[in-house]
Amino acid sequence: MSAGASHQTPPALVARRLDVGYEGRTVLRGIDAFATPGRSIALIGPNGSGKSTLLRTFAGLLSPVGGALEVCGHSVARASKRIAYLNQFHPNAMALPLRVLDVVHMGRLDRRGRFSRRRAEDHAAVSEALDRMGVADLAGESLRDLSGGQRQRVFLAQILARGADVVLLDEPTSGLDAVGRSVYLDAIDVETARGAVVITATHDVAEASRCDRVMLLAGRLIADGPPDEVLTPENLLTTFGVGLSRAGDHLMVTDHGHHDHGHH
Amino acid sequence: MSQLVDPFLDNVFMQRALLAGILVSISCAIVGTYVVLRGMAFVGDALAHGVLPGVAGAVIVGAPVMLGAAAGALAMIAGVGFITAKSRLSNDSAIGLLFIGLLALGVVLVSSSDELTGDLDAILFGEFLGVSWSDLLVQTIGLAVVALVCAWAARPFLLLCFDPDLADAMGFGARRHHRLILALVAGTVVVSFQAVGSLLVFGMLLAPAGTAALVTRRIGSMMAVAMLVGVVSTYIGLLCSYHFDLAAGASVVLSSVVIFFVVLVARSLRRPVTIGAHHD
Repeated sequence: MSAGASHQTPPALVARRLDVGYEGRTVLRGIDAFATPGRSIALIGPNGSGKSTLLRTFAGLLSPVGGALEVCGHSVARASKRIAYLNQFHPNAMALPLRVLDVVHMGRLDRRGRFSRRRAEDHAAVSEALDRMGVADLAGESLRDLSGGQRQRVFLAQILARGADVVLLDEPTSGLDAVGRSVYLDAIDVETARGAVVITATHDVAEASRCDRVMLLAGRLIADGPPDEVLTPENLLTTFGVGLSRAGDHLMVTDHGHHDHGHH
Repeated sequence: MSQLVDPFLDNVFMQRALLAGILVSISCAIVGTYVVLRGMAFVGDALAHGVLPGVAGAVIVGAPVMLGAAAGALAMIAGVGFITAKSRLSNDSAIGLLFIGLLALGVVLVSSSDELTGDLDAILFGEFLGVSWSDLLVQTIGLAVVALVCAWAARPFLLLCFDPDLADAMGFGARRHHRLILALVAGTVVVSFQAVGSLLVFGMLLAPAGTAALVTRRIGSMMAVAMLVGVVSTYIGLLCSYHFDLAAGASVVLSSVVIFFVVLVARSLRRPVTIGAHHD
């Protein structure tokens, strides 16, 4: 992922010739990735390009189809405490009788023994996460009484509360308004500043442009590098199947290619 | 006033029935909370019905009925796993097939044996007033096991209800804990069916926990309210059964369902509600 990165810092995530897929189907092949602490990486590509599958493999939810994957020098299964994973959907969460505070504390459930109570450091991490996502005033509210955007902020606060070394986010800005998006981007800056790797699967080019590196995916790795080098019209044509060019934070269609997958 | 307490003061059958109902209510409130939150109503219902052929088979071969009930519940769980693994059928189709298959097998077994025909009502609808002290002991042990397992696995169960992927990503094993909940449902059905009956025990799993979900904001308080609803339903049901000569098990379960609808209507007048997982 960062071929030019300093090799003196131990990598937080290393993938070698990684093939990923599910239910016997390989959706992305031959990924070589190397992520150093404190970097942000965007996975971008059309629907079905393998972004979410790659992220779920990094999170340990899917076993690699082939190749090798290490997180913080361990297998993913042994590194679960050092990973935070934001799922794209939370279909059941609305149905549960849970307060916002309890949802964010759930991010720290694997930090304590089965019967031990919440410690001072848990309260501090949760309180800071609620503040950073701007939802501290909702702490006592029931999750099911919140709007979609407020709930997404709560889910992100749960991720921040983990204090993980590898933060994996699937469509994190989905449902967020302009203020929510700005709060989120500030929170991610804090995560990378403290040394976490943040890997985001996104359709949002503005979000991808702010990352240190971008991986363009379409069944394979099309390009990998700094946003200005990767988000070129040629690479976007190969990835999305239509001619696209960047205009500031937006993508504009300039020419229809032979595969009309749509664009974002 | 005396009509509300007298039936339980000097009638040992009513006292044992009340105790059995309280034990069933507490077990079902704990396990039923997870059944409601995980959206497992159908598989829970199927487990409750799956015990019928097991009980019938046990009576025919002279084995303990609880052993037969446990075998029936295990066959149900294993069968659902087998069908979903070997076919492209959805989980609910697999459950439906086994549910109706085991129920039919139970009726066939009962109809094949003259000595069993009279027991069919007792198996399906329970014998609250026939509960013995040894039945109460078994129920107490069952409740202790359910409570200990749920205390030990409270955190993974919470994550599982919230998002199975989150449970997996945090190293708690979603599938393993889902099976543990299934085993708890089966165990609760097995130790409770003699009092409430295999058809009605599922009402005690669902109605009190469903009622509690309407009015609580924390899972612990949901369990506590579900226990209260279950105990109140037991008292009202047994009282109605005593005074109006009605079937005890059905009266208890009916009380719990009536309480659910009363609370639902009262709550709906204030705002709409959502109960249970959107999908399993």
